[in-house]
Amino acid sequence: MAKKLMKGSEAIGEAAIQAGCRLFFGYPITPQNEIPEYMSHRLPQVGGTFVQAESEVAASNMLYGAAGSGARVFTSSSSPGISLMMEAISYMAGAELPAVIVNIMRAGPGLGGILPSQGDYFQATKGGGHGDYRLLVLAPWSVQEAADLVQDAFDLADFYRNPVMVLGDGLIGQMMEPVEFRTERVPCKPLPPKPWASTGWRGDRAKAIINSLFLDPEVLEQHNRNLKAKYDAMVRDEVRFATYGTERPYDVLVVAYGTVARVVSTAVDNLREEGVRVGLLRPITLFPFPYEAVRAAARRAKAVLVIELSCGQMAEDVQLAVAGSRPVHFHGRQGGMLVSPEETAEKVKEILKQTGKEARRG
Amino acid sequence: MAEALVFSRPAALESVITHYCPGCTHGIIHRLVAEVIDELGVRERTVGIAPVGCSVLAYNYFATDFHEASHGRAPAVATGIKRAHPELIVFTYQGDGDLASIGMAEIVHCANRGEKVTVVFVNNAIYGMTGGQMAPTTLPGQIATTCPLGRDVNLAGYPIRVAELISTLRTPAFVARTAVHTPLAAVQAKAILRRAFTYQKEGTCFSLVEVLSTCPTNWGMPPAEACQWLEEHMVPYYPLGVFKTPEGGDRAPRPLEGEEGPCRTT
Ligand SMILES: Cc1ncc(C[n+]2csc(CCOP(=O)(O)OP(=O)(O)O)c2C)c(N)n1
Ligand code: SF4
Repeated sequence: MAKKLMKGSEAIGEAAIQAGCRLFFGYPITPQNEIPEYMSHRLPQVGGTFVQAESEVAASNMLYGAAGSGARVFTSSSSPGISLMMEAISYMAGAELPAVIVNIMRAGPGLGGILPSQGDYFQATKGGGHGDYRLLVLAPWSVQEAADLVQDAFDLADFYRNPVMVLGDGLIGQMMEPVEFRTERVPCKPLPPKPWASTGWRGDRAKAIINSLFLDPEVLEQHNRNLKAKYDAMVRDEVRFATYGTERPYDVLVVAYGTVARVVSTAVDNLREEGVRVGLLRPITLFPFPYEAVRAAARRAKAVLVIELSCGQMAEDVQLAVAGSRPVHFHGRQGGMLVSPEETAEKVKEILKQTGKEARRG
Repeated sequence: MAEALVFSRPAALESVITHYCPGCTHGIIHRLVAEVIDELGVRERTVGIAPVGCSVLAYNYFATDFHEASHGRAPAVATGIKRAHPELIVFTYQGDGDLASIGMAEIVHCANRGEKVTVVFVNNAIYGMTGGQMAPTTLPGQIATTCPLGRDVNLAGYPIRVAELISTLRTPAFVARTAVHTPLAAVQAKAILRRAFTYQKEGTCFSLVEVLSTCPTNWGMPPAEACQWLEEHMVPYYPLGVFKTPEGGDRAPRPLEGEEGPCRTT
């Protein structure tokens, strides 16, 4: 397929269709309305079904139903709506159902605002819903990557029988960029059959029971351990990250994800021109987090700077990774305010000055 | 004379012992639903959805594929399954707390979209599973653990009549209220359930059958007395009957003539 200029939201919707998804359940919320709108006109063209649910609670439980009966399913929302989906997400994790959830984050807490944010990092990566579970969380930095990751998300969800979240922000949804969909797409994981799905019991397999209830504590503990083994496999096999400008020596390592990393990459170019030695590490999977990569990259720097559109959430994972071996600085914008390349550069220079002083003192 | 088999377990019921309290009518309702599934020959393409409530383990009792939904969301789960597989026969089995309290939005919108699914709504006027708290269907003055002096309608409002409420929706549907406290009531309930599932099988419409049911444990009375209590207290407030058929159209409003009282401005 040739390259096409597309809005991020549309590319996300088209990617789901290209991945074989024929069902969408959702509820309107800014800034992601273009996704359900796109699905509502595209799905009927390919024999699919679009349902505008009465709420995100219902939409996500429709996902639970459709996923349990073996269909590739997808929903999208933005922060307040994702909060309402936490119930079904926890149930899907518990019942081991594959589904894809796109969160185009907006600023919070509460109703917050409608502009871009990265304030839902904790919710996405540390649980969010109740109980002991994990989501695979993918964070794109461009429209093309959003399209690629959405398609991979379906494969990963099927392979692990686990919900996968694609975590973007308002910028990803609104941005227009060229996108290419591979015509002969090879799934990123082998796709196992779904004998567990509820498609009618003819006696040729075990009765399908889509369920997260285990009243016997020993049985539930075993279930928890099985889930944990799955999350461990994700940690072992699914870590994704990218680096920018780290092939040359650097004094400051910036860690940022999503569209913020895009801004930082511009700052890295500008700073390098000025002779400032700086590199970027961009986690693509937020769970599993690239702890090893961050640890190793930090060792080659004098200091680490985390930049997020939040009050510092991923920063905690970076601190865990660096484990005190280097100073970890944080710079964040909130409320829908963005970080500029200039702001990034200033912050990097400040840190360099500080580390220089400390080195002289030491 | 050859022996004739006149009574056996429906194929749609598993051969297991249920956890329901002795004398609870959940079991009768299970059996009626299973008999209907058998008689319509749809067992191999039926998917049920269990609620959160005393019937949470229904997936162990029906010999069909099953989902266990979160509290109140069974109609949304049913929507997901039916939209993914329109050829399946999809039914939810829900209590009154599940359907008429926490799941009110899901049931109203599932009915209003006209999802071609069947809802078996078990109204026992109480929260059974959690130990007898007030339900949206608890009768005025009825004692429950969270209204120890009886339901005060000034504070809790009147019990919600679900069949009536759903039947006000414009979307074509089959809505009826039945009971299972006497053999005759149970026979009628089965006929109504059969109609409901048939409408789905034929792809006609959404169907909801409210079934008045007993909870001897939390009502605090022996099973036979509970059946009598249902007859004397529930049936007058929750009249049995068919409230809506897909053939019947809109409900016409009463004319306003004669309604102008002291508020008249001219
Ligand atoms: C979100 C959530 N809230 C509360 C509960 C606790 N809970 C379990 S069953 C139930 C009430 C069930 O009553 P009903 O639907 O009337 O069914 P019955 O047990 O009477 O058959 C409640 C409140 C829960 N499981 N989940
Ligand atoms: S608590 Fe009530 S509704 Fe639940 S099984 Fe016992 S009698 Fe039936």
